[in-house]
Amino acid sequence: MLSPYRVLDLTDERGLLCGKMLADLGADVLQIEPPAGNTARRVAPFYRDDPGPDQSLFWWAYAANKRSVTLDLMRADGKALFERLVASAHFLIESGRPGELAALGLGCDRLAEINPALIVVSITPFGQTGPYATYLASDLVGMGLGGFMYVTGDPDRAPLRVGFPHFYLHGSAAAAAGAMLAHSQRVLTGQGQHVDVSCQEAVARSLANSLASYAIEGSVIVRQGSYRQTGADTFMRITWPCKDGFVNFQFAGGASSGQSVNNFVRWMADEGSPDEYLLSLDFRAMGYGMITSETMNRIVPPVSRFLLERTKQRLFDGAIERRILLFPVATLGDILENPQLEARGFFGTVESSEFDARLTMLGPFARASAAPLKPGGRAPKRGQHNAEIYVDELGLARSDLIRLASAGVI
Amino acid sequence: MRPLDNLKVLDFCWVAAGPMTTGYLAEYGATVVRVESKLRPDVLRSSPPFGGEGRSLNRSGYYANYNANKYALGLNLGSPKAIAIVERMVAWADMVTENFTPGTMERLGLGYDELRRIKPDIILFSTSMLGRGGPNSKLPGFGAVLSSLSGLTGLTGWPDRGPTNPYGAYTDFIAPRFAVATLLAALDYRRRTGSGQHIDMSQLEVALHFVAPLLLDCANNGREGSRTGNRHEAAAPHGAYPCRGEDRWATITCMTDAHWLALRRVLGDPSWMQAERFSTLLGRKRDEDELEALLADATRTWEAEALMRALQSAGVPAGVVHPNKGVIEDPQLEHRGHFVYYEKPEIGRHPVQRSEFRLSRAAAAQNWPTPFIGEHTLQVCREILGMADAEIEPLIAEGVLEVPAPAEAGG
Repeated sequence: MLSPYRVLDLTDERGLLCGKMLADLGADVLQIEPPAGNTARRVAPFYRDDPGPDQSLFWWAYAANKRSVTLDLMRADGKALFERLVASAHFLIESGRPGELAALGLGCDRLAEINPALIVVSITPFGQTGPYATYLASDLVGMGLGGFMYVTGDPDRAPLRVGFPHFYLHGSAAAAAGAMLAHSQRVLTGQGQHVDVSCQEAVARSLANSLASYAIEGSVIVRQGSYRQTGADTFMRITWPCKDGFVNFQFAGGASSGQSVNNFVRWMADEGSPDEYLLSLDFRAMGYGMITSETMNRIVPPVSRFLLERTKQRLFDGAIERRILLFPVATLGDILENPQLEARGFFGTVESSEFDARLTMLGPFARASAAPLKPGGRAPKRGQHNAEIYVDELGLARSDLIRLASAGVI
Repeated sequence: MRPLDNLKVLDFCWVAAGPMTTGYLAEYGATVVRVESKLRPDVLRSSPPFGGEGRSLNRSGYYANYNANKYALGLNLGSPKAIAIVERMVAWADMVTENFTPGTMERLGLGYDELRRIKPDIILFSTSMLGRGGPNSKLPGFGAVLSSLSGLTGLTGWPDRGPTNPYGAYTDFIAPRFAVATLLAALDYRRRTGSGQHIDMSQLEVALHFVAPLLLDCANNGREGSRTGNRHEAAAPHGAYPCRGEDRWATITCMTDAHWLALRRVLGDPSWMQAERFSTLLGRKRDEDELEALLADATRTWEAEALMRALQSAGVPAGVVHPNKGVIEDPQLEHRGHFVYYEKPEIGRHPVQRSEFRLSRAAAAQNWPTPFIGEHTLQVCREILGMADAEIEPLIAEGVLEVPAPAEAGG
């Protein structure tokens, strides 16, 4: 869909996903790496547990479908090459600290001078200005300041982050949306602009009703382990142990969840475990997230007994048959064998002569009927496309390419 | 000016992932006409928190967060006359958005083929839990369940305990960013080629991109993921530590030796921190349990905010673990104008969150709060469809078109 557009991607592990999304949508994304290689190449896990520069699976996941060129922005020749690339590019994505590009003489004003139609996307933890603008943020720091951790985890222990770093992924995915909004405006005006992304805001937008609960009701929502607090004294239960693992069964009221719970209560009765109290309630009429702690305490014992006697597969089969919102808590291995993903052909393989193997990759994040997205391909090697870009496109002499490589500029 | 001033969207989305997607479009200027009926209201309308007194369909702060700046067309899709109105709206629209269970639009006679007959270059966006086609495409459910199917629940938690669900319908808030990027790409494609298309987004497949490296690890190296609490394979200390007060915490992450040395300085370099075994990453990882216990004793006397400021000044990535109150009152979010507060009858004063980016040349002024069901029915029928009141009134009387009750209309 985006095949006419070129994206210059200066991001490291904090911003790779944005360019990856645009690449999957068809854009020509040039990952611009320092001569020593992108730091994301050092992020675990590694293929065959070998921490070589081309074996980071993090790099594979988020640099796939891009091309790679190297250049050193601190060197005059590197900067000159970069400015030539900027002149014909449509987007530039960066994840440096606020002011980092400007310090190299490549602030937004300078970039707009070179190319007034360029859209510059900056992905930072907190945004370009403000009291936290210079704060350092690892994933954990960001998930804490974004409000995610406090509501996740067990009540008797420290707040928890999600089990894979998401702080920068939230911001990077939002950055792709922001880039396309800016592009939509450029279509109307011909002008580029600066998109200033805050990962903190992106996390704060991922907290369901938690923030409104304080703003409107004054309730501080606390983490509840396998439960979730939905209001001052209302809860839903989410995860439950079963015979051979865990299942996710959203025990809540409301049109969908409540109907699902009603169906479950009937299933218990059909299988010889009727519970008079549960049968006396209509969860569909109760309203989503409206079960009080007192009601919940009466519900949990009989439901737990029923679940603990059954395997996750048995429960899932019954849930499908009876339209109950109950799913196994999937392991990674379960996901690779998920029949729905299999039927949609989500996981694919790419041939790698280098590793003498077929590598499993993820499929696209959307299916589009007229202009399909690219599934995961190979991630580029460091500077793999230098000759293609610098010689074939910019017209640099081969001898100059060698000279710049020897000088450590590319 | 706003980037999407010319974009027209007919929106059938409900709950969170869909309305948040079209919420971005509305915020940036698109005319989003949201179809809803009192007979089958959005489940978020009956989800807490509720502003004002009692419960009605117009008091949910959860619902209000995703539906500002949209036009509300009250329409009972059960009626054939309503479908005829939808068809006229499709002819007007650039884009139709829906997140029903796959097959629902077809059952209503509003599948992609039907829409394309009315408007050949229409862009139809369909998003569902598991995508269209396949054995489980019609499974009901929403994001809280999907956290489990995508592996996020199984990976979140302490190594010695069972899994913990990430808060909320978590995956619902991942998909919208991917959706907005895709929809606007499709719009550009249509502008250049004249071709619309049907976009099918499985929220499970999107969420898997948020755990992709671990899936590649499992598929290509055969390693099953495990729960690691707040720990990091290449950093220590790396966790949330208790501070003064009830349930107050601060994160501290020493990603480099320099961070560790700065942390020692800020905490007054007590003798335990000077121990040789803690001077290297490998040493800190080896004795991480003990390191964390000692560090927790040292942070307990600090106020969380003061510890964050002291550590950030010294160059250590650290922060307060904000409860919802802290996020609402956070000075950085305040600086960004993240929360816009509205007054509206029934719900009263309530916040709406802005999108997580600022565009230097685009106004994203939020103009009006989330409407009541059918609040713009008359306006849409008159101004978009050019219907005369004589045509509109019988349809209201028959219950095909819906408008707010007189008590609500005062707003």
